[in-house]
Amino acid sequence: MSKSLFDKVWDSHVVRKIEDGPDVFYIDRHLIHEVTSPVAFVGLKSRGLSVLYPERTFAVADHNTPTINQHLPVQDPLSANQLKTLENNANEYGISHWGLGHENNGIVHVVGPENGITLPGATIVCGDSHTSTHGAFGAIAFGIGTSEVEMVLTTQCIMQPKPKKMRININGTLNKGVTPKDVGLYIISQLTTSGATGYFVEYAGDVFENMSMEGRMTVCNLSIEMGARGGMIAPDEKTFEYIKGRAMTPKGADWDTAMEYWKTLKSDEDATFDKEVTYNAGDIEPMITYGTNPGMGMGISKNIPSAESVEGGKATYDKSLAYMGYSESEQMIGKKIDYVFIGSCTNGRIEDFRAFASIVKGRQKADNVTAWLVPGSHVVEAKIKEEGLLDIFEEAGFVLREPGCSACLAMNDDKVPAGKYAVSTSNRNFEGRQGPGSRTLLASPLVAAAAAVTGVVTDPRELL
Amino acid sequence: MAYDKFTTLTSTAVPLPIENVDTDQIIPARFLKATTRDGFGDNLFRDWRYNGDDSPKQDFVLNNPIYSGKILLGGKNFGSGSSREHAAWAVYDYGFRCVVSSFFADIFKNNCLNIGVLPVQISPEFLNEIFEAVYEDPKTELVIDLEAQTITLPSSGTQESFDINGYKKGNMLNGFDDIDYLQSMKGEIETFTESRPF
Repeated sequence: MSKSLFDKVWDSHVVRKIEDGPDVFYIDRHLIHEVTSPVAFVGLKSRGLSVLYPERTFAVADHNTPTINQHLPVQDPLSANQLKTLENNANEYGISHWGLGHENNGIVHVVGPENGITLPGATIVCGDSHTSTHGAFGAIAFGIGTSEVEMVLTTQCIMQPKPKKMRININGTLNKGVTPKDVGLYIISQLTTSGATGYFVEYAGDVFENMSMEGRMTVCNLSIEMGARGGMIAPDEKTFEYIKGRAMTPKGADWDTAMEYWKTLKSDEDATFDKEVTYNAGDIEPMITYGTNPGMGMGISKNIPSAESVEGGKATYDKSLAYMGYSESEQMIGKKIDYVFIGSCTNGRIEDFRAFASIVKGRQKADNVTAWLVPGSHVVEAKIKEEGLLDIFEEAGFVLREPGCSACLAMNDDKVPAGKYAVSTSNRNFEGRQGPGSRTLLASPLVAAAAAVTGVVTDPRELL
Repeated sequence: MAYDKFTTLTSTAVPLPIENVDTDQIIPARFLKATTRDGFGDNLFRDWRYNGDDSPKQDFVLNNPIYSGKILLGGKNFGSGSSREHAAWAVYDYGFRCVVSSFFADIFKNNCLNIGVLPVQISPEFLNEIFEAVYEDPKTELVIDLEAQTITLPSSGTQESFDINGYKKGNMLNGFDDIDYLQSMKGEIETFTESRPF
């Protein structure tokens, strides 16, 4: 029977099928962080259970770590306690731990691929919805709740009904100034934030084939924002090139065996999907969001859509625009902004900082803008320095911070004040996401850079 | 963590007719710094419920004493966003045992089922009818029967059935959780692990 990429990976990880119930689903690699794991360990302890395969779990501190002075003790006692709890739990159960100051530290979804934890055909989970990022490598990767973190720790399995399958095809060539982030935001604006709920997505077509691994990670990262549990892209030479030789990828004969398997990881010609949508690359322009969910996005040169044309009902639309301080049918170009954030598991990789640099080079940060440039990991930070991007940033009046999730969810001190506007390369523009009362405009690193040097929402194509 | 059994529930409901309620609204990230599961109900819908100075926002439904009950009525696509199970804990800890909506985000729904909160998905028409009935009379009760998989609005007699897989239903009726099941098949899991290439 013909199978999709998703079927091939899913079916090979089913330990047991339960009639009228979920599959007992095997997890190859498990990532944990300080926020969603502590209660799972409390659960283990209260039941007197152990961690079945500590070598399959990797602990990384990222959600509430500070992005300056990481060599000093963490000031916030609650954050410090969570970070210490992660370290203690990792030590007690023999789990590797990349804490603050460790050379491999960074955002869990950035360091996973960097270290070869992420492999094609693998199943990867983490108590974080943006685990979908790892699907860029042809893995099945998705976010889980803390009860499931406990299940994986103690049995390496979770109980999951198999999702339905959806394929999103985009063919053609992307226009100038259009990045993988714009592709993701465009898809969400078309599908809405619940358009892919219940599905697992496969991205297919030339746009994704031609995309770098970093770009593919950005797109797969955003799968959850259309409601999908995850998204994946068939592995190809680019994927194999990226993972080869990384710390935790198979070596020697094991590599050759793995490659034989990985080359089979694509949807069969006649594979069927429960839902299939196709978009044209040429229709996508640089995107920006105007509302309080990632589906409320639009081409940057357009006007804010009317209530009737937006899914979600008028009450929800009005509440959203009132929160943002915007009105129906206004244009976004020229809107004053206060903060710019580049970073997060969506856009905190080297390619994103290269894009940001391409616009700020030779220009100056606008006086009214506070900018936070936060690399996704120490590896990214080192590359920024190596490639001379740091010099470009500093000459333009920007400061580079240390890695972490930072202003994406504002669990540390990187909070946008109430009422202020932030152009952010992160993934969620929910009310208060970047700090109580903060207003978020999601966009690509190019749009963020254009805003950072002009102080207002600006079409990056004018500056390229 | 095992939880209370869920069989039938007859209760008034708290109406929140907003669509796309995300988990950052249910429990904002700054309240996720605990290392135990206690007390999240205090911060349920924190920023919709309280002003910056911690005074209650009078126009928010949880601050309106005429609405109470163990059932939360939400708009379409309830629980979107983050995978934080803290959102489900907050709903439970506040005192809700059931969330009724016309559509749920996937991870939130899963998390609810894992901790003993029943997500009940019904048609948009029935959801509207319930909202209207509750606004008309806040003492309106709903009856949820998990064994029969039905939700009834006795004041009008309207009833709908809802979906839940047999396995999860059994867990909720008996107060079991998945770890009990998974622990019982450890040998099978160990054998499976030996066949994994990486």
